[in-house]
Amino acid sequence: MIRWDWIGGNLDQIASATLDHLVLTVIAVGVGFAISLALGLAAHRRRVLYGPVAGIAGLLYTIPSLALFAILVPFTGLTLLTAEIGLVSYTLLILVRGVVSGLDGVPADALDAAAGMGYDATRRLFRVELPLALPVIVASVRLATVSTIGLVMVTALIGEGGLGQLMLRGFNRGFPTMIYVGVVVSVALAVVLDLLLVGLQRRLMPWTRARSG
Amino acid sequence: MDVLVNGFLWLLDPAHWAGTNGIPTRVAEHLALSAGALLVAALIAVPIGLYTGHTGRFATAVMNVASIGRAVPSYALLLLLFTITGGLGAPTTLPTLVLLAIPPLLAGVHVAIRGVDPDVVEAGRGMGMGELGVLRRLEVPVGLPLILVGARTAAVQVVATATLGALVAGGGLGRYIVDGFALRGDEGTARLVAGAILVALLAIGVERAFTLLERRVTPRGLAHPGSGGLARPGSSGPSDEGRPSEALAGLD
Repeated sequence: MIRWDWIGGNLDQIASATLDHLVLTVIAVGVGFAISLALGLAAHRRRVLYGPVAGIAGLLYTIPSLALFAILVPFTGLTLLTAEIGLVSYTLLILVRGVVSGLDGVPADALDAAAGMGYDATRRLFRVELPLALPVIVASVRLATVSTIGLVMVTALIGEGGLGQLMLRGFNRGFPTMIYVGVVVSVALAVVLDLLLVGLQRRLMPWTRARSG
Repeated sequence: MDVLVNGFLWLLDPAHWAGTNGIPTRVAEHLALSAGALLVAALIAVPIGLYTGHTGRFATAVMNVASIGRAVPSYALLLLLFTITGGLGAPTTLPTLVLLAIPPLLAGVHVAIRGVDPDVVEAGRGMGMGELGVLRRLEVPVGLPLILVGARTAAVQVVATATLGALVAGGGLGRYIVDGFALRGDEGTARLVAGAILVALLAIGVERAFTLLERRVTPRGLAHPGSGGLARPGSSGPSDEGRPSEALAGLD
């Protein structure tokens, strides 16, 4: 069923689809994280903001991906921008929740200690709150990354898609090998990115290394 | 904005409300496929969840299924199943939707039953209830709001993925989007936008419907499980509703 000779002869095509997939994913999670960090910090400080922010992110999350991409196409065309607007939208709910619940989980004792040591708000945020919130935040980034890898495939319908594009061509040609390759490589990509994020967390939080191993 | 206006005009055109490609037919197809998939998934997931939740056995396995299920991309699953079934339309779409719906349903039922206060269960046994009686008369009613949180996640995902079914020549509202892309031009764009609006409204409607249902079925005396509080009619406001959602937050 699997045509190994096709795989051997088309490694460059598979590699470029994988690279596209990776780029689409990294941009979406990166931009989504920057927006979510800002929104999450704001919502943590001003509690009234959390309801509307989570509500809008939840609404975006509920809209089926194909519908969201379709409605953007008449405005932004069959472009990378269209794909990324949709992909970024879907990361927001997961990431904002991660940032806010991470910050909420910071023990009051730690905040008191920081105040007692004379930290101002900025130093307290970077030296105390964000480091302590990091495990929850990284967990949300991992989840957003895996889910984005899946959603990137749907952008094949608007001319992007990375591995999804490969799979769509396989479907149209009745050539299952391309579909199998897409599935296997995307799962591998998800596993590798997940391991990298776990590694990053350990680097950023050396004091947990002994415990989290 | 012309694009959106044309999409709405397309929706209002009476010609699009009749025939096999008409809006009522496509909505009905979409809902029938989604409901069928949810039903089949529930027939599989609910008994398993009741068993594992009540007995506490296989809890790790159930939670693993739930978290793996969360990461499964629907698009990949759809095309993968196509290579197995080889069928266009429902023969491929239905099993895809069933597989996607099982993890959130299973996790919802398991977590709901597991989370019932052990004192309540003991009290039931003390009153002479058998294990089935405890399950049927205590654990299920108390756990129902949480069970429905899982059902809501499953339903929204199924309705969204049913749209993708048009890729493998299925019916439903995804047809308008996929055909709109293929047609191009003004008519194509209008159809595409109209389809996207309908799908979005349908998904949001299903989400709202399940949320309302969750509030309805919360037993009045248990509007605030865990606090051990007495019946406080009207206390099942949004603040209470947040609690079960948090427990299953990762499943959304």
